[in-house]
Amino acid sequence: MKFIDEFRDPEKARALLGAIERIMPEIERQPDRPLQIMEVCGGHTHTIYRYGLEQLLPPGIELVHGPGCPVCVLPMGRVDDCVAIAKRPEVILATFGDAMRVPGSRGSLLQAKAEGADVRVVYSPLDALALARAHPDREVVFFGLGFETTMPSTALTILQAAAEGVANFSVFCNHITIVPTLQALLETPDLALDGFIGPGHVSIVIGAEPYGFIAEEYKRPFVVSGFEPLDILQSLLMVLRQLRDGRGEIENQYSRVVADAGNAAALAAIERVYELRPHFEWRGLGSIENSGVQIREAYARFDAERRFPVPALRVVDPDVCRCGDVLKGLIRPQQCAVFGRACTPETPLGALMVSSEGACAALYQYGRADPT
Amino acid sequence: MCLGIPGRIVEIVDASDKLALADFGGVRRKVNVICVADAVTRLDDLVGSWVLVHVGFAMSLIDEAEAAATLAILDEIGELESEIAGMRETAGP
Repeated sequence: MKFIDEFRDPEKARALLGAIERIMPEIERQPDRPLQIMEVCGGHTHTIYRYGLEQLLPPGIELVHGPGCPVCVLPMGRVDDCVAIAKRPEVILATFGDAMRVPGSRGSLLQAKAEGADVRVVYSPLDALALARAHPDREVVFFGLGFETTMPSTALTILQAAAEGVANFSVFCNHITIVPTLQALLETPDLALDGFIGPGHVSIVIGAEPYGFIAEEYKRPFVVSGFEPLDILQSLLMVLRQLRDGRGEIENQYSRVVADAGNAAALAAIERVYELRPHFEWRGLGSIENSGVQIREAYARFDAERRFPVPALRVVDPDVCRCGDVLKGLIRPQQCAVFGRACTPETPLGALMVSSEGACAALYQYGRADPT
Repeated sequence: MCLGIPGRIVEIVDASDKLALADFGGVRRKVNVICVADAVTRLDDLVGSWVLVHVGFAMSLIDEAEAAATLAILDEIGELESEIAGMRETAGP
């Protein structure tokens, strides 16, 4: 337990790890295969690597780093479409900094900027709207990204633009929704996940209730978790207790922040502005039904896909990349042939190496210091 | 962009657009408070409260201890500095 003194409360961490160790023999499982628990959220992945949590766990538990990094799962074709919009001379493309280096098949937004496209990093979609007000002669397009965590902010910005009558603002909408994604994962034939550590900040918006189907249909434990290492250990223990008792329930470890019903104002904005797309493409996972949202007809004038021609080509991921297998827990990042060699945070080939919340980038950043 | 940053509401700057000024360890910027407005009877009651802010929108009211713990973890995983830097660049007048 060489890292444990880094915890804010090492005693609590030891107690939780002790409880995790003691409960393991009480859980019925096949002897040749570890329990696979997926943390869905990239923020959790980051914490797990930062604190070396995996090394602290007893044998027989494997943490699978899930698809909850929206930058990581953005397919190359959508990046190409965004670059095509950014290269239009009238366009100012505003994006979160995380998306700048995501590789498309013909380069990233960062490269497009170097080649002369007007690409600007913003902290908030509200900043993109401010750019539109400041540059009435230009078309400002915001690259809308993220799960339900950032979905309301883009929706509320569109509503603000509509209320003000801003005519030169639009959104290239790539927002994705968590529940159909989890459903698609659970339907994967070769997948054997035993339980889930659920996302905290997505759940601030949607609450804990939408995960009910995971308990009802798939009988898997699902515990919404906070971001501190102690939160994650406690959530893991809650998952393991459910497995020991043969329960598959939705529990909320992060109830100090997450209300079971979510945030009503945020959900209302989402409902008003977006509708489900029949299909959305994911890097590494392929096409998932109803997993993305698009802007409703009523707000069509704020939809960059209707205002500008986009190539909308499907681009396959590089053959060597095994991001999809990593996302499903079929292999560990270091089992990918290009991990840390051709694919590094400086020159990412696969999406999981792009963002600090991607499983591969997090392992690359923190895993090296760990002799195990 | 996915991680919420705790900030403290210091002033309501535009009640009709639901905009407040929030303080993030000395960096101040406007945030939209529509998603936490239901929790109070008057918007001014938010002043002094800690909120979890995602990309310029306060998404949840939190208590001071939670805010301190979240700030510490973000700092430790190296996300705090970049988020605050992003805010500072676009904090505006």
